[in-house]
This record gives sequence, C-alpha cells and structure tokens, in this order.
Amino acid sequence: MDTNDYIEIFLDESNEHLQAVNDQLLKLEKQSDDLSIVDEIFRSAHTLKGMAATMGYEDIASLTHNMENVLDKIRNSSLHVTTEVIDVTFTAVEALEEMVESIAGGNTGKKDVTDLIARLEAIENGKQPEESKEPVAAKEALESLDLDEYQLTVLDQAKEQGFEAYQMEVVLDEGCILKAARAYMVVEAVEQHGEIIKTSPTVEELEAGEVDRFSLIVLTKSPAADVKQSVHKVSEVESADISLYVAVKEEAAPATEEIAATTEEAQTEQKEETQKAVTSKTIRVNLERIDDLMNLFEEVVIDRSRLEDLASEIKNDALQETVEHMSRVSEDMQSLILTMRMVPVEQVFNRFPRMVRGLAKDLNKNLDLDIIGAETELDRTVIDEIGDPLVHLIRNSIDHGIESPEERKKAGKAEKGSLTLRAFHSGNHVFIEMEDDGAGINREKVAAKAIQNGVLTEAQLEKLSDQEVNELILASGFSTAETVSDISGRGVGLDVVKSKIESLGGKLSIESTQGKGSKFSIQLPLTLSILSTLLVDVSEEIYAIPLSSIIETLMLEEKEIMDAHGQRVIDFRGNIIPVVSLRKVFDVEESTTKDSSIQPIVVVKKGNKLTGILVDSFIGQKEVVLKSLGAYLKDVFAISGATILGDGRVALILDPNALVK
Amino acid sequence: MEEVRKFIVFTLKNQSYGVDVRQVHSIERLQKVTEVPRTASFIKGVINLRGTTIPVIDLRERLWIGETETTDESRFLIVEINEMQVGLLVDGANEVLDIGAEAIEPPPGMIAGVDAQYLEGVAKLREELLILLDLEHILDVNEVQEVKQAIN
Repeated sequence: MDTNDYIEIFLDESNEHLQAVNDQLLKLEKQSDDLSIVDEIFRSAHTLKGMAATMGYEDIASLTHNMENVLDKIRNSSLHVTTEVIDVTFTAVEALEEMVESIAGGNTGKKDVTDLIARLEAIENGKQPEESKEPVAAKEALESLDLDEYQLTVLDQAKEQGFEAYQMEVVLDEGCILKAARAYMVVEAVEQHGEIIKTSPTVEELEAGEVDRFSLIVLTKSPAADVKQSVHKVSEVESADISLYVAVKEEAAPATEEIAATTEEAQTEQKEETQKAVTSKTIRVNLERIDDLMNLFEEVVIDRSRLEDLASEIKNDALQETVEHMSRVSEDMQSLILTMRMVPVEQVFNRFPRMVRGLAKDLNKNLDLDIIGAETELDRTVIDEIGDPLVHLIRNSIDHGIESPEERKKAGKAEKGSLTLRAFHSGNHVFIEMEDDGAGINREKVAAKAIQNGVLTEAQLEKLSDQEVNELILASGFSTAETVSDISGRGVGLDVVKSKIESLGGKLSIESTQGKGSKFSIQLPLTLSILSTLLVDVSEEIYAIPLSSIIETLMLEEKEIMDAHGQRVIDFRGNIIPVVSLRKVFDVEESTTKDSSIQPIVVVKKGNKLTGILVDSFIGQKEVVLKSLGAYLKDVFAISGATILGDGRVALILDPNALVK
Repeated sequence: MEEVRKFIVFTLKNQSYGVDVRQVHSIERLQKVTEVPRTASFIKGVINLRGTTIPVIDLRERLWIGETETTDESRFLIVEINEMQVGLLVDGANEVLDIGAEAIEPPPGMIAGVDAQYLEGVAKLREELLILLDLEHILDVNEVQEVKQAIN
C-alpha cells in the first residue's frame, strides 16, 4: 500500500518517458507527417499517465491525459502538427518535468495546470469544431478534467474485463487501540480479492491511525459476500457494508484522494517495461549502493598501500607475492567499480536540443544543434556537476556567438548557424567540445573591455597572444555583449563556468577565429576519487602531486637555477620556465641542513604553460584516495584535498594549477 | 520539571570550560597533525580519524587567549557542528557534568580573557565557574574566512 517504495522507480521511469517525449517531439517538429513518432509520444505519455495515477499525482495524470487527447487527434489525422501544437506540448512537458522534479525533492508534485489544460483543450477542440465520430474522441469529450473522471475510465475498462466495483464501508470497534494496524489488515484482506482503487480518507491518514471509519472502492471478480467475509475475519471490525459501486456518486468525492493500487492499464504497460528490461540485460542499482561500494573500496586502497609498505619492510617472499597479487586484483576491481559509476554523457546532453530550440526562438536566431559522442561515458559525480556549466556555454554561444540570420547573410554565411557539441575520450581524460560557426571572439572588443574594466593595462595587453586574449572573457566581471539580455551577458557566468570546471579537476580552453566561430573545449578527468600521484617531501610533510599534470621530474644543480627579473627560472629542454619553491609558497621554514646542492624539481603543466616546482625530495608514485578537507577548510590555496597514506598519516594533495603562472 | 543538560568539561589555561555533550563526537589522544599551509594560524592542520580527515584547531588561539603547549594531558575534542567535524585542541578533558538550566547565566562581557561573543553562558558550580562555549559561533565558517582575511 505504501507508495514510497515505488517512488524511486516512478521517478526514474518518469524521467525516461519525459525524455522520450522530448526527443520525439523534436523529431516530430522536423517530420510532422510521420505518425509513428506520434505513436511513440503517445505511448510514453500514456505510461506516464498510468504511473502518475497509480502514485496519486493527479496533476501529472490530468495533464498527460490532455496531452494524450491532443496526440490522439494527431494520430487519427484529425489534427495537424503545427508549431503551436508543438509549443504547447513542450510547455506541458516542461510543467511535467517540474512536477516530477518537485516529487523528487520530496514535495507533493502539485502544480496549477488548469491554464495548460485549457490551452491543450483549445487545440483539441478549436482546431476541429465538428466532433469526431470515433468512440475514443467521443468519450474524451464527455470527460471533465479532474482525476475522478480518469478513475471512471479505469473503472469502465475494468468492467469491460469482467471486474466488478464494490464500495465498502468499514467501521472499526470503538475500543480498537491499533486503528492503523486494523485498517491495514482490512486493506490487506480486501486486496486478496482484487485491486483497491480508492480509499477515503487517504491511505496516509489511515496509516496514521486516526480513523475508525473508512470506505474504499475495490475492483474484483470475487462475489461481494466473499469480500465481506474476509473483512469480517479481521478482529475488532464492527461492521463492513458492501454494495455495488455506483459511479455517479463517487464523482462528488474530493479530488485530492489517492488511487492506491495499480490500475489495469498501468499493469499492462509495466509488463511491456519488464519485457524490455529482460532483453537489455541490465539491472537498476541504487546510486547510493555504488557510492557505498566505492567508499568501501577506497578504504581497501588505503589498506592496500599499508600492506605494500609492510610487505616491503618485512621482506618475506610469500607475503610479498600475495600482496602483489592482491594489488593487481584490486586494481582490476578499481577499474570495474569505476566503470560502474560511469554514465553516458547523453544524460546531460539530451536536454539541450529543446533548450537550444527555445533559445533560438527567443533570440531570433536560426541554428542547428549537432550532438556527437553522446555515448561517451563519464563519472557520475562529474555528470551531476557538468550540466550547468555546459548550459551556460551553450547560452553564451547562441546569444553572443551565432549571429542573426541577416548578419550571417551579410557576412556571406549560410543563414542557419550551426552549433556542435562533441564528447570523446582521450587517454585518462574526457573532452567535451562546443563549437559554433558564429562571429568568433573579437579581439579589439575584448581588449577594450578588459582595459575599461581594469582587468589589465594596455601595455600588458600588447604582450598577450590571441589565445590569452580569448581567455580574458573567462575573467570575472567580464561581458562584451552590447546589450545585456536575460539569457547571458550579465557579466557573471563564464568565470563561474571556469571555476566550476576547475573544481572538477578539469580545464577550459578557448579557440576562436574572428568571423569564423569559436570552440570551447573542456577537459575532464575520468574519475575524481582515486588518482595516481607522485609523493614528494617538503619540510617533513608529504604532499601528493597528481600525475596527470606532471610532465617530468628533474634533478638540477643549484647553479642551474637562474634569476631573471626577480623570478627564478630554469632551462627546460630549450624553454625557459619559471620555478617556484613549495617551501616559499607554503611559508614553511627553509631547512637548515641542505645536504646537497642537487635540487629535485617537478615540472607541471597547465594548458601549454610549464612551471617547475621545487621540492625537498621525491618519495614515489602512489595511488591515493582523494578526501575533501571539509567545509571548515575550504578554498585553501593550492591544495585540492587530502589523502591518508599507508602509515595512517594525512598527506595533502597539491593543486598544481594554482602554482602555474 | 527542571531542565538538566550534560556538559563535557575540559580545561584551557587552568580554567574549566564546557560544551554540550550532544555536540561532542569523541575525545582523542593527540596524534600527528598534518599542517595545512596558508591557513589561519589557529588551524593546526588535519588529522586522520579512522579514515576521515578532520581539521583541528587550537582552541586557545581561536579564543585569542594564547597558544597551546601540548602535554600528555592534551586532547583533541572532536565536535560536530552543522554536520561538520572539527577537532579542538584542549589542555585536558576531565568529566561530564549535569547542569540544571537555572545554574546557567548569560555571559558577562569578557571572562577569563574570552570575548562574550564566543560564549553561551556561565554556569556557577560549587567551587568554580564553568564557561560554556558557543561552538556554532566559534566554528562558524564565514567567521573563519573573515579571521583568515584579517590575518593575511
């Protein structure tokens, strides 16, 4: 009876169906005569309706119901697909998404949908004044819009299949102490005979134990007497009256009541679902479980390094062999668990087509969105976080990048702009690129703006490469759009995008050719929680430097470190690169006992800039588990987190990006 | 019925202080602290507490009453405020006391050198005063940021 158990499944499936409706609607807009697409949408909407009604979300059910009506007319070719139809349907889908989201957030999922329903109805009726003679449409016309009407349809269908609807009035003994338990037992007893489609008061109230008198409607094939008999078997039931349910009376019942059990049609839909699931050979696993597994595995990794340390101390061959084997096995396990956490980036991408469509409309732009590599997989943590930055970049491109059709014509380009979203794997990274064929970044404009905003001086500007000028638009408080629109251009945003991506351990870079277009490219790590690092020693503390940003390690003599304009530099393969001393950066005392003049240096890379980091000594390579420093120590300079070493000590993980100038 | 609260009593500079027992996660012996560079000076660093990294702060420095010299008696008081665990370095943790609500008075402006803004109240016991700390305020993240900026 408790619908809570099913809420997660409901949410998952609702989202899937909404997404399907979304995708198909976009297709339908392009191929408005393809009725198989309408069928697809209809199916998804129908399933959604069934599920929502089962779970007692009337607003979702009634809205989808009206969508169905419209779709049905399209399917029967009595209504043509127009932009207006698509627009209203999209708005309805948006409202549905909002409601589902509200349910996900633990709310009631209620929303005033009367306006939308009215619009859908207007389309349904207005476009086709003469009433269709088909039975479906005729029945639809009879119906008013609240859920009770919908329940009636369910009742009708059940009756057609030989079910009878009975109404029962149950009164519990006055002295009954555990009313909730009794009510539950009654409900159980009735459910043995069929499906309860409604209780009054609601199941929640019954279970709260406040009620000693309630009524319910049950669909059953058993004779009334049998049902009554089973209810009377429950003790402390004073009376249970059963009568054939007369539909008209029930119409007066308040619309807020719950439908508490699976309806026939929802069942058939679910059967379809199960069949699909069997063929695809996958199971749904709660994300929390995978996260828990990952957390446990992180502890194994910590113990593994402890074991490795111990084994190398003890120097017992058998032990060492076992530990090595365990290390190999656990590495395989690690990659398996990581792949389990991987989800296709499609999850993020698939909301973009509709967004782009809407934006283009709002901004009077004409463009196509191409999505390539939506199947590329990324760690779930990254997926959860990457959506907003991408939305911002896309908005930015459509608002500032792609020109209006007239301007494009003038510039000799195709009137229709194009925006390409591309995701792909490369090495230990995933790249997401967003390329447009718009106006590109205007160096002069950016430069003028940067000077005006005091980001830098003219003298500094001259030294900057085009690339560096492009990256100025990522600085905070920067916006070159001449008119500030509500889409983008408030001067907050791109800097937020940049810091968000960096907080995910990623990098954002821009390539742009004026007049031809721009390319924003995001490089993201495959996983966030376990990383390969080089451990180094600085003033008796151990720091871990992520291998992904290390180019090379060097041992240089003191005299090879030169001074240039007050900055220490070294000659690294013919390039002069700056050197920073971790001791200086971290403000720890210089060691008094410098045993040699040989200086260990780690060369790290950010973008195409290199910097040497001066440390005391190298310790070795280690897989470490990234632990957050917590809310209390946020935004510590050049530290991205901490990890626990094999001996139980805490080592800080360095963020080399902060050290590269 | 009179309300009785339980307090963990610990010492700082020979003065007894109390924090609500519900805010205290555990009391730990000292262990190696990994320094976190470029943070406020009262932040001693992070420790590994059974697999989690927890920041530890020197409570004396946080309350502006000097700096702690650690002894065998020194302890980390692991407290949890707003789902955030923080270790407090104290001179020693002694006992748990039941204190009735009527024994607690609002803090005077300054007591034992500690500013009233960090205090929840003062409890009068038979022999001495017990200063009750307002951990929410002491560990307020925004305030920490401010302190950090003030120091830099």
